[in-house]
Amino acid sequence: MRSLAELEPVFELPLATADEDAAAAELLQASEEVLEHWITARGDVPTQETREGFRLLALHRQGAKGDPSFNACRETCREIVYHYNLVQMRDVYSDITDRLSMLAMISKHLFLFVSGKMQVAELGEFCCSAKPIRSADGATTT
Amino acid sequence: MTTKNKYKKVAYYPGCALEGSGHSYNRSTKAVGKKLGLDLVEVKNWNCCGAMEVKNIDPKIQTYLSSRVMSVAANEMDMDVVMAPCNGCYHNLKKAEYDLKNDNESAEVVDRLSKKAGHKTYESGQVETIHALDWIKDTIGEEGLKSRVKNSLSGIKVANYYGCMYTRPRHIFPEKDAGPGSESTSKPHFMDDLLAAAGAENVDFPLKTACCGGAHTLSDSDMSTKLVLNILKTAKLAGADVIATECPTCHSGLEMHQIRAEKTLGEKVDIKILYFTQLLGMALGLKPRKVGVHENISDSIKFLKEKGLG
Repeated sequence: MRSLAELEPVFELPLATADEDAAAAELLQASEEVLEHWITARGDVPTQETREGFRLLALHRQGAKGDPSFNACRETCREIVYHYNLVQMRDVYSDITDRLSMLAMISKHLFLFVSGKMQVAELGEFCCSAKPIRSADGATTT
Repeated sequence: MTTKNKYKKVAYYPGCALEGSGHSYNRSTKAVGKKLGLDLVEVKNWNCCGAMEVKNIDPKIQTYLSSRVMSVAANEMDMDVVMAPCNGCYHNLKKAEYDLKNDNESAEVVDRLSKKAGHKTYESGQVETIHALDWIKDTIGEEGLKSRVKNSLSGIKVANYYGCMYTRPRHIFPEKDAGPGSESTSKPHFMDDLLAAAGAENVDFPLKTACCGGAHTLSDSDMSTKLVLNILKTAKLAGADVIATECPTCHSGLEMHQIRAEKTLGEKVDIKILYFTQLLGMALGLKPRKVGVHENISDSIKFLKEKGLG
């Protein structure tokens, strides 16, 4: 697993390779590694399983277990998968342009979000969590 | 009563952001309501919804604060619908509603504090909380909007940005995933629908519910700036001229970090940021000033004039 600092340039445009398939695979792999960082930091072993054919989605589910705020990147992960599929299906959907660049931008958002959470775990807390329900609870209502 | 009629007169809960940094959202929401013949009756003596500060310290106090707003609407104003344009307020009222229905301890705390404060306790289900998007979508709808458009938004490419609180967590918005015709938590589209009806061309925007780092804009400004910059660049790459917003926190964050990105990272992204109510208002024939475009941080006047809306 590469460090977050090593991963960051992978998401920058222009991409290192002009080969669309190779570039898409690299972005997907790098996105998985980003989630591995989150899961490892929480003391878990990143799953090798897949969901809907993608390890990225299984990793996201694992990362969100017990931490609803991590769902703030659920749709981002799904968009990565969708755009990865668009790259693979370019012969069918030939009218869609910039799909690879878009995949890079979405993957970068995942990288930024998870990097942020590694520093400030509460990132996404305000929006996505149901804190009163999940906390058992430490509340001090007077 | 159908929602079409039920939502024609609603209790209006602007919340604190719409009296401050999101004032143009307040102005444009009221102007659009007036133009469409919809009644907004402001909640009397409303209070903070408990937003992020209170919620993070004591979640049940947030539940109480939001419940008081609903109690005033239901018990003192005899209203059965509360419309909150701010995503934070909308989210918190919905969450309070969920907590009161599903968590006895929350209900007990709210009852105790309501009695202490001297007002009737809000009972789950007394009001329905809706967002400004539900309000216009259900009362007027796309066909109704089309027939009222005076200045089409044609030629304007829009990336619709909903932010995080409009759809998350999913369990507090069960009505959003109720099948055909309903909103979607994974791929919201009400704003897309309304602006398309007004003539705008919506672009496929994959970060429409992505985190903008709004809650951490003070504690970790650099991260917020990077997240916003990526949102702006992605919208631009998708071909958008404008990012339409429906949340004052997102809107302020996008505008402020757009400037900050240029200053601190040297990256300028030329894209306009407007509330969806501002775009709708101008499509309905209102002048930019009437919908508060001059109150936004970013300057869109020249762009709007070029598009025939100035």
